[in-house]
Amino acid sequence: MSAVSGRVEPELAEEFPGLRLVWTAVEARLRGSPPPVKQRLRELSDRYRGAGVVAMRTQPIPHAYRAFFRQVGVDPDAARIPSEEAAVRRLLQGGFRSRGALADALLLALVETGVPVWALDAGVADVSSLGIRVAVAGDVLGGGPGGGIPVPGGQLVVADSASVHATLFGEPAPGHAPGPRTAQIVLFAVGVDGVPAIHVEEALWVATDVLKTS
Amino acid sequence: MELLEHPVAPLIAPEQGERAARRSLRAQIDKLERELADAFVTAYPMGGLERVDPAPSQAGPRLLGLGELERVRDELAARVREARTSIAERADVQAANRVRLEKMLLDPGRYRFVRIANSDIGEPGCGEWFVRPRLGLIGMLMGWWEVKLSSGCPLATGLRAP
Repeated sequence: MSAVSGRVEPELAEEFPGLRLVWTAVEARLRGSPPPVKQRLRELSDRYRGAGVVAMRTQPIPHAYRAFFRQVGVDPDAARIPSEEAAVRRLLQGGFRSRGALADALLLALVETGVPVWALDAGVADVSSLGIRVAVAGDVLGGGPGGGIPVPGGQLVVADSASVHATLFGEPAPGHAPGPRTAQIVLFAVGVDGVPAIHVEEALWVATDVLKTS
Repeated sequence: MELLEHPVAPLIAPEQGERAARRSLRAQIDKLERELADAFVTAYPMGGLERVDPAPSQAGPRLLGLGELERVRDELAARVREARTSIAERADVQAANRVRLEKMLLDPGRYRFVRIANSDIGEPGCGEWFVRPRLGLIGMLMGWWEVKLSSGCPLATGLRAP
């Protein structure tokens, strides 16, 4: 697996030196998870206890994402960071439920490293210019022939030279996430100041490994 | 005189100064977030912090200006202050309850039918200290009082049907 650093707009990079997007491409199709992956999810479910989830926000990686959320105007108590969201869902549902190989791969990567990973259909993403930038007036989330949702100027988005794929830390726009016809998937992780680079690469590696073995 | 009238260029360009101020505010937010997280964990065994319903933001993640960063910093500082006050108040109440429990154990007769739960003294579990008469009515009439510690938490699922 080769992890490639995406582009971060210079103005953003100057404000947030630790902000980065790292991506990798993997040949995979959407399908159900094999039993070993479901077993791994069950084992990971057992790692969570109420007290551990409470103390989670004091750990370095969740703290880094919580602090970053506040610095970009998002209250992490209103819109949880991905690792806390997964932990709360685990507590409410009593366990991690399998939702297909791709969703399971992204969840395993998140739970094992604390770093969120998202997936794009390689057919709609121009990886050579994939990165993080500030939205400008006229930007449309999931823009294409079918139209899309206008993105307010100033918002941080994951985009390439052709289109905006997602708001930062948001789910990819419909039509940009892998679908039944997808043959190649682009996985990307977003790191912030305080998250070691090795964790970001590890998250991509875990997700890729699960997809390749599914 | 000519030297005095000559305009002097500022040592730091305004843009750089503003950027440095934003960086400083982000560092303060980072520190306050850590302090709030520590307070959250400290308060958890005491019953947790009072939930503050954050104002829902439709704006999403964005590059904040100086004023917005200051507002985030000030709100966070207020929450840390409130959390610390709340923890200190609860710690005072727990300390007073511990003293009361000590006195209760020394002289149960002066604290008839008083109950102090483990949670009232900052201890885990569902145990409860209760002053009651020994041998029931006879103990009440004779002034024989004792402190009993209840056995613990009730069963989560109840007893199985016979």
